[in-house]
Parts: sequence; C-alpha cells; structure tokens
Amino acid sequence: MATEILMPALSPTMEEGTLAKWLVKEGDAVTSGQILAEIETDKATMEFEAVDEGIIGRLLVPEGTAGVKVNTPIALLLEEGEDAASAGAPKAAAPGHPAPGQPAPGQPAPEQTAQKSDAPRPEGKVTSAVEEVPHPARAADTAPDWPEGTKMKAMTVREALREAMAEEMERDDSVFLMGEEVGEYQGAYKVSQGLLDRFGARRVIDTPITEQGFAGIGVGAAFGGLRPIIEFMTFNFAMQAIDQIVNSAAKTLYMSGGQMGAPMVFRGPNGAAARVGAQHSQDYAAWYAMVPGLKVAMPYSAADAKGLLKSAIRDPNPVIFLENEILYGRSFDVPVLEDFTIPFGKARIWREGSDVTIVSFGIGMAHALEAADRLAGDGISAEVIDLRTLRPLDYDTVLGSVMKTNRCVTVEEGWPVGSIGNHLSAVIMERAFDYLDAPVINCTGKDVPMPYAANLERLAILNPDEVVAAVKKVTYR
Amino acid sequence: MAARKTAELPNVSKDDLLRYYRDMLLIRRFEEKAGQLYGMGLIGGFCHLYIGQEAVVVGLEAAAAEGDKRITSYRDHGHMLACGMDPKGVMAELTGRARGYSKGKGGSMHMFSKERHFYGGHGIVGAQVPLGAGLAFSDRYRGNDRVTFTYFGDGAANQGQVYETYNMAELWDLPVIFVIENNQYAMGTSVRRSTKSPTLWQRGAAYGIEGEAVDGMDVLAVREAGERAVAHCRSGKGPYILEVMTYRYRGHSMSDPAKYRSREEVQKMREERDAIDHVRELLTQGGHATDDELKAIDKEIKAIVNEAAEFAKDSPEPDPAELWTDIYAEVAPQTA
Repeated sequence: MATEILMPALSPTMEEGTLAKWLVKEGDAVTSGQILAEIETDKATMEFEAVDEGIIGRLLVPEGTAGVKVNTPIALLLEEGEDAASAGAPKAAAPGHPAPGQPAPGQPAPEQTAQKSDAPRPEGKVTSAVEEVPHPARAADTAPDWPEGTKMKAMTVREALREAMAEEMERDDSVFLMGEEVGEYQGAYKVSQGLLDRFGARRVIDTPITEQGFAGIGVGAAFGGLRPIIEFMTFNFAMQAIDQIVNSAAKTLYMSGGQMGAPMVFRGPNGAAARVGAQHSQDYAAWYAMVPGLKVAMPYSAADAKGLLKSAIRDPNPVIFLENEILYGRSFDVPVLEDFTIPFGKARIWREGSDVTIVSFGIGMAHALEAADRLAGDGISAEVIDLRTLRPLDYDTVLGSVMKTNRCVTVEEGWPVGSIGNHLSAVIMERAFDYLDAPVINCTGKDVPMPYAANLERLAILNPDEVVAAVKKVTYR
Repeated sequence: MAARKTAELPNVSKDDLLRYYRDMLLIRRFEEKAGQLYGMGLIGGFCHLYIGQEAVVVGLEAAAAEGDKRITSYRDHGHMLACGMDPKGVMAELTGRARGYSKGKGGSMHMFSKERHFYGGHGIVGAQVPLGAGLAFSDRYRGNDRVTFTYFGDGAANQGQVYETYNMAELWDLPVIFVIENNQYAMGTSVRRSTKSPTLWQRGAAYGIEGEAVDGMDVLAVREAGERAVAHCRSGKGPYILEVMTYRYRGHSMSDPAKYRSREEVQKMREERDAIDHVRELLTQGGHATDDELKAIDKEIKAIVNEAAEFAKDSPEPDPAELWTDIYAEVAPQTA
C-alpha cells in the first residue's frame, strides 16, 4: 500500500518549513535511513531520512517551496510493483501557506492539536498555584505534641538529633548515615558522636570530600530502597550537590508516575555561625522550600529537632533538614517517650498573644521570642508561631492567628528577596486581606553577602531590635 | 575501529543470534517509528534516538541476570526495550499519554520500571553516574550479588561527578559497571575536540578501576566484555569500566542538523559496521536462517512497533488531576 511521506516537524517548535532540496526523484528505490530531502527549519537546514523502504512514486511538493506546514504530504512512497496512479495519490496541490488553522490538503487535522489540552484546570486550583493553601477559617491543628504530664528532660539540640538518628537506626536496618567526618572523627559538629561505635562502619560511612558524588550515591541508594541520611558538613557545601537534590531526589517520584522516589534525609547546619565569612554563612530555607517534591524542616528547639528528624527519616520523600550551629549547644526540655515524633506541616504556637503575630522558624525563633519578651514589657502582646516545617507549611495556624491579631511580622535569617516571609505575606494578603490592620513586615537578613568584620557582621544579621521595631511599626506604637 | 572479520564464525548458538537480531531490530524499528511520530508532531520536546548503538544494550543485557539494575541518560529508549519493558508503554510515554510508563509525566527522557529494575531516564548529563553507584551501594549494603549497569556517554565522561563516583565506587568496592557509550560525539563536539586523553576507560586507572575498550558495533564482543565485567563485579572485586565504541546514525536529538560530521562518515559506518547487518550475516552465513525467515522476523517486529504506535496514539492524555499526583509519597501513620 502506498504511504504518504509527510512534512516532518524537525524541532520542538517547528510549525512549517522550506522544502529546500529533493535528493531523490520519482521512481527511485529508497532504503530506510536514506536522505530524501533537505528541509530548512527556523533553526537549521536538516536532512530528512526515509523511515521505510520503497519506491518514490511521486514528489508532491516541488523543491524550493517555502511555508510547507508540518504534516503536509510531500511525497508518495510505493511498495514494489505498485504505481502512483493506482495508489490514489492526492493531487499535487500547492501546499504552501494554507489558511491559518486549516488542515493541509488531503490531510486530516493535524493530530498534534490533541496534545494541547484545553481541559480546564480542576476546581480550586485556579486562584492559587500552591495546592495546599487553604481558604481561611479551616481550624488549625492545635493538638499538643505530647500528652500532658509527660516526663521531660533537658537536652541539647545536638544530643536530640543524635538520639533521633540512633533510635531510627535501631528501628530500621535500611537507615544509614553518610557524610564527611561522620564516623571516625565523630562528626564535624559532634552530632554523630558515638554512632560509629554503636552501629559500625557499614552504617556510619565516612566519605571523601565530594558532595555532588555522595549526595548522588545517597539518592541512588534511596532509589534502591534504603533510607539514607546524608550529612552535609554545612549546607553551604550542598550547593555542589543541589542538582542531585533537586533534579534527582525531588523530581523522580513525579517523573516516574509514582513508581519510585527517594526516601531520604539531607541534613546539616545551615545559616550563619559566627565570623566565618560570606561562603560559610547562608540560609537556604527559602531555596529548598521552593521545590515541589522536597520536604523542608528547620527546627528551633531540641524536642522539635528530635521529633521532626525521626519523622523525616521515616518519611518516604526526600527531606531537607536544616540545623543551626549556634543552636546545637542550646538546651531545651525534651519529652521522655519511647517513640516520639512531630508531624510535618504543624506549626507550634510558642506564646499566645492578641496584638500581633510573629512568625518564624529555626534560629529566627530565638530573635522572635526575645523580641516578644521585650514587647510584653511595653504592653504589646505578641503571638509567636514557630513554623517548624516550611514544606509542608502550616498555613492554617498562621492565617488563624493573623485573623485574630490583625497584624503580622515574619522573622528569618535568610535574604529578603524571595524569602519565606515574602511568600507568607502574599498568602496572608490573598486569604486574609480584610483582616489586616497594617501591612505585613518581613524581618530578614540584609541583602548583602555576609561580611567578616565583627561590626559589619552584626549589622548584616537579623537581631531582636529589628523585630521589636517592626512590631511597633505594625501596631502603630 | 578495526574492520570486523565476519569470515570467522564465532561460537554462538543460533537461538542467541536470533534473539540479538530480534532485539536490535526492535530498537531500530521502534526508534524509526518514534522519529516518524516526532515528525508528525505526536512526540514533542527532546527526542534522542538510539539508532546505530543497538548492539551496546543488547550485548550487555545478554550478560545480565535477573535482578541486575540499569540506569542511563536521556538517550534511553534502547535500554528500556532491551531490558524487557513493553514497547507500548514506552511509546505511549513518548506521546505523553496516560498509559505511558510515567503516566505521560516523564516523557522521552524520564521513564522508569521498578519491575524491570530500570532506574531511568535522567536528563542532566552525568548525574546518573553517582545514582548508579548508589544503586550498587544498596545491593552491597544488603549483601546480595546484584550488579548495576550505569550507562553514560563520552560527553558525560568529562563531568566531575563521574570521577567523584569512580573514587568512591572503588573505595567501597561497589558492584557497578560503568558503561561509557562512546558514540564519538557529545552533541556536536567530537571526542578529540573535548579531551587530549581520548581513551576514556583508562581514566579509571587513576582510581584503581579495571576496564577495557570494546567494539560496540559487534554484539558478540559486547556480550563477551559484559560477561567479564559482570563476573568481576559479582565476585566482589568492585567496579569495572567498559568503553563501548559505538556510533549514532541520527543527530543528537531530532532538531540536530549534524553539520559537525560528514554524510560520508555516517554512510560509511552504516554500510561497513552496522551491528544488525553483522548479525544478519552471521545468521545467513552460518546457515541459521534463510532470507525468508529473516524477512518474517522483520515483519513481526514491524507489527510490534506499529501496534505500539497505535497504542500510543489511541491512549488518552493524562487526566488533568494527574498534575497534582505523585509529588509526594504518602506518609505512613505514626504510632506516637
């Protein structure tokens, strides 16, 4: 049976082209792979190959024709013993420049239109691109993190993180820790101290200094069904590995249609320590929180560090777990429970208040709480919310609080442009605009690389004074 | 590459030869059809065809055992067909339809099959190399004897993370076979324009990794080298490098006019070194198959490919609700 050879699309954007030159003539026998013609696209002159073998029965478009639409028949290929007339070839109509939207002569409407979905987006997805942003008035989850009367003990954030890893490694043999100096050195910041002795070199693995490589090996191990904890000595170094984190870990579940993903944790200290300069003092919260497919936790207290890290290790998704060097040594009460986890997506209200909502996370909470104390002395009652996880983010608790206090200040150490505070401001404006008595203010780090000089560094880093000043501004005091 | 001596008939069974012929032909016809569907606008975006390189995956799959893993770059259709994935599901993914391997959400470059131990389909040049070592890590951690075939091209061979991975793979004796598919062009840049150390496999020596170069247009040579590599890895000796010298007949992607090489160069490879022609000669010269029998196979393969194309055209587009699925796996309820 004769087959029509159609004008091909030779690039992702090509809609029409010029049939520059025929390299075969009518009557020629052609084989698969033979160059039939040269076609000029918007980008280049391409060689067009035969897919099937056969005899060129008729050339339907003369060479030199411009504006030949994709899918227009340009030639007729005959099988052995067939002739063009009996094959019912279409007349060689001038196929150049057909009317817009008209199918080419002798050709049904191009099938590629079927690919352009005109189906409406599902209800409720139209006004916001963020799926989980709720409408106001959905009650926030205020269940306590542990039962009343639970025995507590003081513990540093460092110890809490270590306990979380040890408990989860005890619970599940597929959990292992990999990173620079996590084993024999006992951890660059001593978070993994003792784990090598307890779990052995099979499960506590020292790596060479090779972030992209071991991050990728971790993702591959997670594809293979293990539960890696990949420690970055600091998240500054994870920029070497961000392709593996975003392109490989975060996107694979989606790209595979749900077949496989990366159940794993990337953890380590994030943000400014002290006097270590621009390349070692950056907060990545907003960077990772932008990526669908990742979960992001940034705890402040030791209890949250422990409960969230245990949840993170069990989570079937890739989790970015942002710790803080300054917080490692701080002590907090941690519940004494056999198996204690904190769910992702549930903020914690540290203090209730009625005049303003201060939203923060990570070390920003230290500034927020200190500011709230001082504001109380000035007669301003601040409600302080610790987001704890940035993805998923507990919009309900934030919106509920803002609807009560009618004012909001966000607090974070990261840079101002594209910050978590920016995002929250937009959500509050969209969902609780009528409740606001003042514009939302974002307290952030300054829009500069971190300087080394002590006085300049103090100026660059967010401090409680700035939070107090912002609150006074939104409360018109 | 030295000219092949087809006069010497190798010691290979008729069944094996017929299987390789069939498997390679399936890839070639499938890719030709994919090119055709691309030309019709049914396949969009990037589409990297494997035509010319068929002997690489078919030879190595012949050396693999059930449970072994494989991972590759974006030129992945051949790998999927060779490891037994369904041509219908692959083609339907190419057309972005719901019945594709990734429900239409991955496309040509991003397909996976847990069942067939195929781990993608990765679009960032070289990024699949540490991922492959990680898969091998998971098998070593569990103490089984599986191996992972980690494919990458001569272009990826200049990425830094490849060498980070070599270092750790040898350090930890990971059972990973690094398969460098040297098709001689990284998009439009030939190997000799991108490095002064053109024997890519020998770079492994710096990390203590053994390896060899293989004639990638000879499926039997590939299989033999693959068997050596597999034996090395399975016995716990760590990684192995195969630099498989091959050639892609088509452009880098569908929109590549391939002006960086001459038409004669391509034609010469096709005429003198084609891997499928080679096996066809072995079959006929060895008296294993008549022309009619081979024609019947051609016809059968054509039917499979046409069926895949029809399936891919007839499958519905993904439901719009699929936009919001598979972003996160569901968290199991916590006990505490």
